[in-house]
Amino acid sequence: MKQNLYNYILGIADNSLILGQRMGALTGHGPSLETDIACTNISLDLFGQVRSYYQYAAKVAGDKRTEDDIAMLRHEREYLNVLLVEQPDTDFAYTMGRQFLFDVYHFLFLTELQKSKDLTLSAIATKSLKEVSYHQRFSTDWIKRLGDGTEESNKRMQTAIDDLWTYTDELFHQTDADKEMVAEGIGVDVTTLKEAYYQKVADVLQESTLTIPESKYFQKGGKQGIHTEHMGYLLAELQYMQRAYPNMEW
Amino acid sequence: MILESTNNNQQSTINNNMSKTKNWPLWEIFVRSKNGLEHRHFGSLHAADADMALENARDVYTRRNEGVSIWVVESKNITASNPEHNGEMFEPAQDKVYRHPTFYELPDEVKHM
Repeated sequence: MKQNLYNYILGIADNSLILGQRMGALTGHGPSLETDIACTNISLDLFGQVRSYYQYAAKVAGDKRTEDDIAMLRHEREYLNVLLVEQPDTDFAYTMGRQFLFDVYHFLFLTELQKSKDLTLSAIATKSLKEVSYHQRFSTDWIKRLGDGTEESNKRMQTAIDDLWTYTDELFHQTDADKEMVAEGIGVDVTTLKEAYYQKVADVLQESTLTIPESKYFQKGGKQGIHTEHMGYLLAELQYMQRAYPNMEW
Repeated sequence: MILESTNNNQQSTINNNMSKTKNWPLWEIFVRSKNGLEHRHFGSLHAADADMALENARDVYTRRNEGVSIWVVESKNITASNPEHNGEMFEPAQDKVYRHPTFYELPDEVKHM
Protein backbone atom coordinates (compact mmCIF):
# COMPACT_ATOMS: atom_id res chain seq x y z
CA MET A 1 0.00 0.00 0.00
CA LYS A 2 1.12 3.53 -0.74
CA GLN A 3 1.21 4.75 2.85
CA ASN A 4 2.11 8.32 1.99
CA LEU A 5 -0.69 8.70 -0.53
CA TYR A 6 -3.14 7.12 1.92
CA ASN A 7 -2.12 9.50 4.70
CA TYR A 8 -2.20 12.40 2.30
CA ILE A 9 -5.80 11.66 1.27
CA LEU A 10 -6.85 11.33 4.92
CA GLY A 11 -5.18 14.63 5.74
CA ILE A 12 -7.44 16.35 3.21
CA ALA A 13 -10.57 14.30 3.85
CA ASP A 14 -10.52 14.46 7.65
CA ASN A 15 -10.75 18.26 7.55
CA SER A 16 -13.99 18.01 5.58
CA LEU A 17 -15.34 15.18 7.73
CA ILE A 18 -14.79 16.91 11.05
CA LEU A 19 -15.98 20.32 9.85
CA GLY A 20 -18.96 18.60 8.21
CA GLN A 21 -19.77 16.91 11.52
CA ARG A 22 -19.57 20.26 13.33
CA MET A 23 -21.92 21.94 10.85
CA GLY A 24 -24.24 18.94 10.69
CA ALA A 25 -24.56 18.92 14.48
CA LEU A 26 -26.22 22.34 14.17
CA THR A 27 -29.22 20.81 12.40
CA GLY A 28 -32.23 22.03 14.32
CA HIS A 29 -30.06 24.33 16.45
CA GLY A 30 -29.19 27.09 13.98
CA PRO A 31 -29.95 30.68 14.95
CA SER A 32 -32.77 30.87 12.40
CA LEU A 33 -34.50 28.40 10.11
CA GLU A 34 -32.69 29.82 7.10
CA THR A 35 -29.16 29.77 8.56
CA ASP A 36 -29.86 26.33 10.01
CA ILE A 37 -30.52 24.97 6.53
CA ALA A 38 -27.51 26.82 5.14
CA CYS A 39 -25.21 25.20 7.72
CA THR A 40 -26.68 21.78 6.98
CA ASN A 41 -26.13 22.34 3.26
CA ILE A 42 -22.48 23.15 3.87
CA SER A 43 -22.23 20.01 5.96
CA LEU A 44 -23.73 17.87 3.19
CA ASP A 45 -21.36 19.39 0.62
CA LEU A 46 -18.43 18.47 2.84
CA PHE A 47 -19.71 14.93 3.47
CA GLY A 48 -20.10 14.50 -0.29
CA GLN A 49 -16.45 15.42 -0.77
CA VAL A 50 -15.46 13.15 2.09
CA ARG A 51 -17.08 10.15 0.43
CA SER A 52 -15.04 10.63 -2.74
CA TYR A 53 -11.82 10.94 -0.74
CA TYR A 54 -12.46 7.91 1.49
CA GLN A 55 -13.58 5.74 -1.42
CA TYR A 56 -10.25 6.56 -3.03
CA ALA A 57 -8.39 5.99 0.25
CA ALA A 58 -10.06 2.58 0.60
CA LYS A 59 -8.90 1.70 -2.90
CA VAL A 60 -5.35 2.81 -2.11
CA ALA A 61 -5.39 0.87 1.17
CA GLY A 62 -6.29 -2.22 -0.81
CA ASP A 63 -7.47 -4.23 2.20
CA LYS A 64 -11.00 -4.96 3.35
CA ARG A 65 -11.68 -1.50 4.74
CA THR A 66 -14.54 0.46 3.20
CA GLU A 67 -15.11 4.21 3.10
CA ASP A 68 -17.37 3.85 6.15
CA ASP A 69 -14.71 2.00 8.14
CA ILE A 70 -12.22 4.74 7.42
CA ALA A 71 -14.69 7.46 8.39
CA MET A 72 -16.14 5.83 11.50
CA LEU A 73 -13.77 3.33 13.01
CA ARG A 74 -10.53 5.12 13.63
CA HIS A 75 -9.25 6.23 17.01
CA GLU A 76 -8.75 9.87 17.84
CA ARG A 77 -5.01 9.77 17.24
CA GLU A 78 -5.60 8.42 13.74
CA TYR A 79 -7.59 11.44 12.54
CA LEU A 80 -5.34 13.88 10.73
CA ASN A 81 -7.53 16.99 10.53
CA VAL A 82 -6.25 20.40 11.56
CA LEU A 83 -7.22 21.67 15.01
CA LEU A 84 -9.21 24.57 13.54
CA VAL A 85 -12.08 22.46 12.21
CA GLU A 86 -12.74 20.64 15.49
CA GLN A 87 -13.24 23.83 17.52
CA PRO A 88 -16.70 24.02 19.12
CA ASP A 89 -19.70 26.20 18.27
CA THR A 90 -19.29 28.57 21.19
CA ASP A 91 -21.68 30.94 19.45
CA PHE A 92 -22.62 31.74 15.86
CA ALA A 93 -19.60 34.06 15.54
CA TYR A 94 -17.32 31.08 16.28
CA THR A 95 -19.23 28.90 13.82
CA MET A 96 -18.82 31.46 11.03
CA GLY A 97 -15.29 32.40 12.08
CA ARG A 98 -14.19 28.76 11.95
CA GLN A 99 -15.92 28.32 8.60
CA PHE A 100 -14.40 31.47 7.14
CA LEU A 101 -10.85 30.77 8.32
CA PHE A 102 -11.10 27.28 6.83
CA ASP A 103 -12.94 28.25 3.61
CA VAL A 104 -10.27 30.73 2.55
CA TYR A 105 -7.65 28.01 2.97
CA HIS A 106 -9.85 25.33 1.42
CA PHE A 107 -10.45 27.40 -1.70
CA LEU A 108 -6.75 28.14 -2.24
CA PHE A 109 -5.86 24.51 -1.55
CA LEU A 110 -8.38 22.99 -3.97
CA THR A 111 -7.44 25.47 -6.68
CA GLU A 112 -3.89 24.08 -6.49
CA LEU A 113 -4.98 20.47 -6.05
CA GLN A 114 -6.69 20.68 -9.43
CA LYS A 115 -3.20 20.64 -10.94
CA SER A 116 -2.30 17.37 -9.20
CA LYS A 117 -0.81 14.60 -11.31
CA ASP A 118 -3.16 12.25 -9.47
CA LEU A 119 -6.27 12.37 -11.66
CA THR A 120 -8.67 11.24 -8.93
CA LEU A 121 -7.58 13.97 -6.54
CA SER A 122 -7.61 16.55 -9.30
CA ALA A 123 -11.16 15.53 -10.29
CA ILE A 124 -12.42 15.71 -6.69
CA ALA A 125 -10.81 19.14 -6.35
CA THR A 126 -12.51 20.47 -9.46
CA LYS A 127 -15.90 19.18 -8.37
CA SER A 128 -15.52 20.49 -4.80
CA LEU A 129 -14.31 23.91 -5.80
CA LYS A 130 -17.76 25.20 -6.79
CA GLU A 131 -19.17 24.14 -3.45
CA VAL A 132 -16.32 25.71 -1.55
CA SER A 133 -16.63 28.95 -3.54
CA TYR A 134 -20.15 29.22 -2.19
CA HIS A 135 -19.07 28.32 1.38
CA GLN A 136 -16.49 31.06 1.22
CA ARG A 137 -19.00 33.57 -0.06
CA PHE A 138 -21.48 32.62 2.67
CA SER A 139 -19.03 32.75 5.57
CA THR A 140 -17.35 35.92 4.27
CA ASP A 141 -20.75 37.63 4.14
CA TRP A 142 -21.39 36.69 7.74
CA ILE A 143 -17.99 37.92 8.93
CA LYS A 144 -18.81 41.27 7.33
CA ARG A 145 -22.34 41.37 8.72
CA LEU A 146 -21.31 40.55 12.25
CA GLY A 147 -18.07 42.53 12.20
CA ASP A 148 -19.67 45.62 10.73
CA GLY A 149 -22.99 45.09 12.53
CA THR A 150 -23.84 46.20 16.06
CA GLU A 151 -21.41 46.87 18.88
CA GLU A 152 -22.34 43.50 20.38
CA SER A 153 -21.94 41.51 17.14
CA ASN A 154 -18.60 43.22 16.43
CA LYS A 155 -17.33 42.34 19.90
CA ARG A 156 -18.34 38.70 19.59
CA MET A 157 -16.99 38.33 16.07
CA GLN A 158 -13.67 39.82 17.18
CA THR A 159 -13.51 37.45 20.16
CA ALA A 160 -14.11 34.47 17.89
CA ILE A 161 -11.45 35.54 15.37
CA ASP A 162 -8.96 36.24 18.18
CA ASP A 163 -9.56 32.79 19.68
CA LEU A 164 -9.50 30.86 16.43
CA TRP A 165 -6.47 32.73 15.08
CA THR A 166 -4.12 30.51 17.03
CA TYR A 167 -5.20 27.51 14.88
CA THR A 168 -4.58 29.13 11.48
CA ASP A 169 -0.82 28.65 11.19
CA GLU A 170 -1.14 24.86 11.30
CA LEU A 171 -2.92 24.93 7.93
CA PHE A 172 0.47 25.66 6.34
CA HIS A 173 2.55 23.02 8.15
CA GLN A 174 3.86 20.19 5.99
CA THR A 175 3.72 16.59 7.14
CA ASP A 176 6.08 13.91 5.87
CA ALA A 177 3.33 12.64 3.58
CA ASP A 178 2.85 16.20 2.30
CA LYS A 179 6.51 16.58 1.41
CA GLU A 180 6.59 13.22 -0.33
CA MET A 181 3.45 13.97 -2.34
CA VAL A 182 4.67 17.43 -3.32
CA ALA A 183 7.88 15.85 -4.60
CA GLU A 184 5.84 13.44 -6.71
CA GLY A 185 3.72 16.23 -8.19
CA ILE A 186 0.60 14.87 -6.49
CA GLY A 187 0.32 17.09 -3.44
CA VAL A 188 -0.01 20.82 -2.88
CA ASP A 189 2.84 22.71 -1.26
CA VAL A 190 0.75 24.39 1.43
CA THR A 191 3.59 26.68 2.47
CA THR A 192 3.09 28.58 -0.79
CA LEU A 193 -0.55 29.35 0.09
CA LYS A 194 0.23 31.15 3.31
CA GLU A 195 0.80 34.64 1.97
CA ALA A 196 -2.33 34.68 -0.20
CA TYR A 197 -4.32 33.27 2.73
CA TYR A 198 -3.37 35.91 5.28
CA GLN A 199 -3.77 38.64 2.66
CA LYS A 200 -7.32 37.53 1.83
CA VAL A 201 -8.25 37.09 5.49
CA ALA A 202 -6.80 40.52 6.36
CA ASP A 203 -8.77 42.16 3.53
CA VAL A 204 -12.05 40.69 4.75
CA LEU A 205 -11.36 41.50 8.41
CA GLN A 206 -10.49 45.06 7.50
CA GLU A 207 -13.66 45.48 5.46
CA SER A 208 -15.59 44.04 8.40
CA THR A 209 -14.10 46.69 10.74
CA LEU A 210 -12.40 43.90 12.68
CA THR A 211 -8.87 43.99 14.01
CA ILE A 212 -6.33 41.58 12.57
CA PRO A 213 -4.91 39.63 15.52
CA GLU A 214 -1.23 40.25 16.15
CA SER A 215 -0.63 37.13 18.20
CA LYS A 216 2.27 35.03 16.99
CA TYR A 217 1.44 32.13 19.30
CA PHE A 218 0.05 29.23 17.32
CA GLN A 219 -1.27 25.77 18.18
CA LYS A 220 -0.46 22.69 16.18
CA GLY A 221 -0.77 18.92 16.37
CA GLY A 222 -3.90 17.92 14.47
CA LYS A 223 -1.98 16.84 11.39
CA GLN A 224 -0.05 14.41 13.63
CA GLY A 225 -3.21 13.17 15.33
CA ILE A 226 -2.71 15.18 18.52
CA HIS A 227 -6.04 16.92 19.01
CA THR A 228 -7.67 19.43 21.33
CA GLU A 229 -9.94 18.34 24.16
CA HIS A 230 -13.03 18.86 21.97
CA MET A 231 -12.17 16.10 19.54
CA GLY A 232 -13.10 13.16 21.79
CA TYR A 233 -16.63 14.46 22.33
CA LEU A 234 -17.06 15.10 18.64
CA LEU A 235 -15.93 11.59 17.74
CA ALA A 236 -18.14 10.05 20.42
CA GLU A 237 -21.15 11.56 18.72
CA LEU A 238 -19.92 10.83 15.20
CA GLN A 239 -19.07 7.20 15.92
CA TYR A 240 -21.77 6.34 18.43
CA MET A 241 -23.98 4.22 16.18
CA GLN A 242 -21.14 2.19 14.71
CA ARG A 243 -19.59 1.61 18.13
CA ALA A 244 -22.87 0.68 19.81
CA TYR A 245 -24.17 -1.44 16.93
CA PRO A 246 -21.12 -2.65 14.97
CA ASN A 247 -21.67 -3.11 11.22
CA MET A 248 -25.08 -1.53 11.43
CA GLU A 249 -26.41 -0.27 8.11
CA TRP A 250 -29.24 2.08 7.14
CA MET B 1 -48.04 33.80 5.11
CA ILE B 2 -50.89 36.29 4.95
CA LEU B 3 -50.47 39.29 2.71
CA GLU B 4 -52.13 42.28 4.31
CA SER B 5 -53.51 45.02 2.14
CA THR B 6 -50.92 47.73 2.36
CA ASN B 7 -52.53 50.94 3.43
CA ASN B 8 -50.22 53.14 5.42
CA ASN B 9 -51.68 52.41 8.83
CA GLN B 10 -51.28 48.68 8.51
CA GLN B 11 -47.85 49.14 7.06
CA SER B 12 -46.63 50.89 10.17
CA THR B 13 -48.20 48.26 12.43
CA ILE B 14 -46.30 45.53 10.64
CA ASN B 15 -43.02 47.40 10.97
CA ASN B 16 -43.61 48.12 14.63
CA ASN B 17 -44.18 44.45 15.32
CA MET B 18 -40.99 43.63 13.54
CA SER B 19 -38.81 45.96 15.54
CA LYS B 20 -40.35 44.67 18.75
CA THR B 21 -39.54 41.03 18.05
CA LYS B 22 -36.30 41.85 16.21
CA ASN B 23 -37.30 39.59 13.34
CA TRP B 24 -35.66 40.05 9.99
CA PRO B 25 -38.08 41.29 7.32
CA LEU B 26 -39.98 38.79 5.25
CA TRP B 27 -39.11 38.16 1.60
CA GLU B 28 -41.09 36.46 -1.16
CA ILE B 29 -39.08 34.03 -3.24
CA PHE B 30 -39.59 33.36 -6.95
CA VAL B 31 -37.69 30.56 -8.66
CA ARG B 32 -37.32 29.73 -12.33
CA SER B 33 -37.14 25.93 -12.53
CA LYS B 34 -35.56 25.83 -15.95
CA ASN B 35 -34.77 28.11 -18.82
CA GLY B 36 -37.85 28.99 -20.83
CA LEU B 37 -40.23 28.76 -17.90
CA GLU B 38 -41.37 31.73 -15.87
CA HIS B 39 -40.37 32.45 -12.27
CA ARG B 40 -42.92 30.97 -9.88
CA HIS B 41 -43.66 31.86 -6.29
CA PHE B 42 -41.97 29.22 -4.11
CA GLY B 43 -42.55 30.60 -0.63
CA SER B 44 -41.24 33.17 1.79
CA LEU B 45 -38.39 33.48 4.27
CA HIS B 46 -36.67 35.94 6.58
CA ALA B 47 -33.50 37.81 5.75
CA ALA B 48 -31.79 41.04 6.78
CA ASP B 49 -31.38 42.33 3.23
CA ALA B 50 -31.71 41.32 -0.42
CA ASP B 51 -28.30 39.65 -0.62
CA MET B 52 -29.02 37.48 2.38
CA ALA B 53 -32.48 36.72 1.02
CA LEU B 54 -30.87 35.40 -2.18
CA GLU B 55 -28.45 33.20 -0.26
CA ASN B 56 -31.16 31.93 2.06
CA ALA B 57 -33.43 31.24 -0.90
CA ARG B 58 -30.65 29.31 -2.59
CA ASP B 59 -30.26 27.13 0.50
CA VAL B 60 -33.93 26.74 1.38
CA TYR B 61 -35.52 26.36 -2.05
CA THR B 62 -32.93 25.19 -4.59
CA ARG B 63 -30.83 22.65 -2.68
CA ARG B 64 -32.56 19.77 -4.49
CA ASN B 65 -31.77 21.17 -7.90
CA GLU B 66 -35.08 23.01 -8.28
CA GLY B 67 -33.89 26.15 -9.96
CA VAL B 68 -31.72 28.08 -12.38
CA SER B 69 -32.66 31.60 -11.31
CA ILE B 70 -34.02 33.29 -8.19
CA TRP B 71 -35.88 36.56 -7.65
CA VAL B 72 -36.44 37.97 -4.18
CA VAL B 73 -38.76 40.81 -3.24
CA GLU B 74 -39.48 42.12 0.21
CA SER B 75 -43.02 41.12 1.14
CA LYS B 76 -44.03 44.63 2.18
CA ASN B 77 -43.53 45.74 -1.43
CA ILE B 78 -46.32 43.48 -2.59
CA THR B 79 -49.74 45.05 -2.84
CA ALA B 80 -52.41 42.41 -2.43
CA SER B 81 -56.07 42.48 -3.24
CA ASN B 82 -58.42 42.63 -0.29
CA PRO B 83 -60.40 39.38 0.23
CA GLU B 84 -63.42 41.49 1.27
CA HIS B 85 -63.58 42.84 -2.26
CA ASN B 86 -63.56 39.42 -3.88
CA GLY B 87 -67.16 39.85 -5.01
CA GLU B 88 -66.62 42.90 -7.15
CA MET B 89 -63.11 41.85 -8.13
CA PHE B 90 -63.64 38.31 -9.34
CA GLU B 91 -67.28 37.29 -9.56
CA PRO B 92 -68.07 39.27 -12.70
CA ALA B 93 -65.64 36.99 -14.56
CA GLN B 94 -67.36 33.78 -13.51
CA ASP B 95 -70.14 33.74 -16.11
CA LYS B 96 -68.09 34.86 -19.08
CA VAL B 97 -66.96 31.56 -20.55
CA TYR B 98 -66.41 33.23 -23.90
CA ARG B 99 -63.27 34.76 -22.46
CA HIS B 100 -61.62 31.36 -22.40
CA PRO B 101 -59.87 30.52 -25.65
CA THR B 102 -61.80 27.27 -25.95
CA PHE B 103 -63.56 28.01 -29.20
CA TYR B 104 -60.62 27.36 -31.47
CA GLU B 105 -57.91 24.73 -31.56
CA LEU B 106 -54.38 25.47 -30.45
CA PRO B 107 -51.58 24.17 -32.65
CA ASP B 108 -49.50 21.48 -30.91
CA GLU B 109 -46.40 23.68 -31.13
CA VAL B 110 -47.84 26.16 -28.65
CA LYS B 111 -46.77 25.01 -25.22
CA HIS B 112 -47.42 26.33 -21.72
CA MET B 113 -50.83 27.85 -22.44
